[in-house]
Amino acid sequence: MAKITINKKRCKGCQYCIIFCPKKNITLDKTLNENGLSTAAIISEDNCTGCGICYLMCPDCCIEITGGIKI
Amino acid sequence: MPKNYKRPGSLYDTAAHYCPGCGHGILHRMVAQAIDELGVREKTIAIAPVGCAVVAYDYWQFDCAEAAHGRALAVATAIKRCQPDKLVFTYQGDGDLAAIGTAETIHAANRGENLSVIFVNNAVYGMTGGQMAPTTLLSQKTATTPLGRDVKLSGYPLKISEMLALLDGVYSVERVSVSNPKEAMNAQRAIKQAFENQLQGKGFSIVEVLSMCPTYWYKTPQESLKWVDEIMSKYFVLGKLK
Amino acid sequence: MKKKILISGNEAMGEAAIRAGCKFYAGYPITPQNELTAYMASELPKRGGIFIQSESELAAINMVYGASASGVRAMTSSSSPGISLKQEGISYISGAQLPAVAINVMRAGPGLGNIWPAQSDYFQATKGGGHGDYHMIVLAPWSVQESYGLTRLAFELADRYRAMAMILSDGILGQMMEPLEFDDEEPMPALIAKPWALTGAQGREPNIVKSLSIRFGDVEKHNLVLQKNFSRIMAKEQRFEASYLEGARAVVVAYGSMARITQAAVVNLRRQGKRVGLFRPISLWPFPAKELARLSKKIKKFLVVEMSYGQMVEDVRLSVCPGARVGFYGRSGGGVPTQKQVEREMLKVLTNNKYA
Repeated sequence: MAKITINKKRCKGCQYCIIFCPKKNITLDKTLNENGLSTAAIISEDNCTGCGICYLMCPDCCIEITGGIKI
Repeated sequence: MPKNYKRPGSLYDTAAHYCPGCGHGILHRMVAQAIDELGVREKTIAIAPVGCAVVAYDYWQFDCAEAAHGRALAVATAIKRCQPDKLVFTYQGDGDLAAIGTAETIHAANRGENLSVIFVNNAVYGMTGGQMAPTTLLSQKTATTPLGRDVKLSGYPLKISEMLALLDGVYSVERVSVSNPKEAMNAQRAIKQAFENQLQGKGFSIVEVLSMCPTYWYKTPQESLKWVDEIMSKYFVLGKLK
Repeated sequence: MKKKILISGNEAMGEAAIRAGCKFYAGYPITPQNELTAYMASELPKRGGIFIQSESELAAINMVYGASASGVRAMTSSSSPGISLKQEGISYISGAQLPAVAINVMRAGPGLGNIWPAQSDYFQATKGGGHGDYHMIVLAPWSVQESYGLTRLAFELADRYRAMAMILSDGILGQMMEPLEFDDEEPMPALIAKPWALTGAQGREPNIVKSLSIRFGDVEKHNLVLQKNFSRIMAKEQRFEASYLEGARAVVVAYGSMARITQAAVVNLRRQGKRVGLFRPISLWPFPAKELARLSKKIKKFLVVEMSYGQMVEDVRLSVCPGARVGFYGRSGGGVPTQKQVEREMLKVLTNNKYA
């Protein structure tokens, strides 16, 4: 089961991960980060297959995944 | 075997100055990832352009030279000739490579320099505020084509990769994009391939990457992705040109 | 062992560069320095170096930037119009503190001008033809022998000060042949460590060769570093040759091939009992101001002769003490002041009509 972390400080809210997550498992966090941006947040940990598409598309390398799968 | 998706070692763990949704950020990671997978960080020398990516050396943990605007391929030519054992690549924008640097680009390619070129085509000059670039599309609005690029005034978007594919000195020309996962995976492959070509002494390899610039396309990041897939890649057709 | 050959100025500079350890040369055809490019094309690859004929002079200087960034002794050469194209690159090389050598075999300007000799690029070379506060070390030979010696010195100084060094030759010196004596077993100037070079970050932090600093205040700090280096060069590297000064009441100031013609005039006038001397700047930057100031304490009359309409004369006027008077005579656009004309002007100086 994949474990995913999102660096909220670095996220600029471009939403690429949200757009491309095959499971639609990422959404915008209601609470703003310290830069005043609404950032990406995982909806449910166990719904994540660890496919890495969010990692692939993130322009700020905010997302890291351990125990994912190679697609 | 589980796969870990981690920040590549060659990419400093630091915030990037790029705008939200900018393709540079994706490409910086892809370049670092390719170099780490090839295990060549300690013999890599990058040449940064003048443009949004001028401070690429703040993000990559390997030797880097900053070239004058448009002159990256002349600088790279000399570095590679003097140090043929090193992996030498330029990372350039459309203004740097296909406007002011056109002569350096064509002649480095024609000499068949054993170099890799990452050519980031985002159809505008980002650093200076969104002016028309050689690759700005017809009727695309920019700071210097406020009514949209008019072919009578500013001619056609420049297909530099097609031009380079005609040169015998050129080993490989690919046009990819980072506007969706399928293309982004292909871009990662193409970038690594360009480095491998060099390591095997195959000659001049260039990867043109269609890259989003939400800020100066006056679009949201999501609209920018669509604009690449539906508009830009119709004129700048993706694929292996040579 | 000692060798003596008959060779042109252009080729002598090529030979000197190779013997000084130049391992990279990029050039582009332009008269009157083509023989230098051709010499490097035939000699450098045979002797462990890299030769590239680039697509423009502008590409050539940027190739020198890359070679120098690799820690390699690198050179380019051209003539006036081509040197104008290199100014941006020279500013970048100075900003990035890269050692490099460029040779300008001056020709008549402005614009396409002609291929005849001139000295009208003095300002460009010494006051900075590119943008920003920088200086090149500028050395001006007056013979084939000195063209050889100063080219070697240029590589030495470039490495020592991590600066751009330029040889200011001209169409006469480049094309004419004279005997050249050199020791073919003389080792090249000792290589110095270049830990800043881009050689791959193995066992060290990555090196960056650049002239941009984004953070506010950093470029100013960097400029102060450059300025400190320039003042070190000004203090240590002023070079000149003063001759025929015994009892001299007037001194002619001339450099390069113009100094050769002026020397003949001075010798002829002294034979007629005229007490005139010759002061020949060899380093045009740093300009030998110290010595000129010292001379002008006693000698109050100066005449500057150039193949230009008055460029070095300004530096002479800046250098001499108050009360010393500096006249000027010059021809340019390919016109070369003759010995007779120089003598006529000197006589005016001696009889004060020059300053009337």
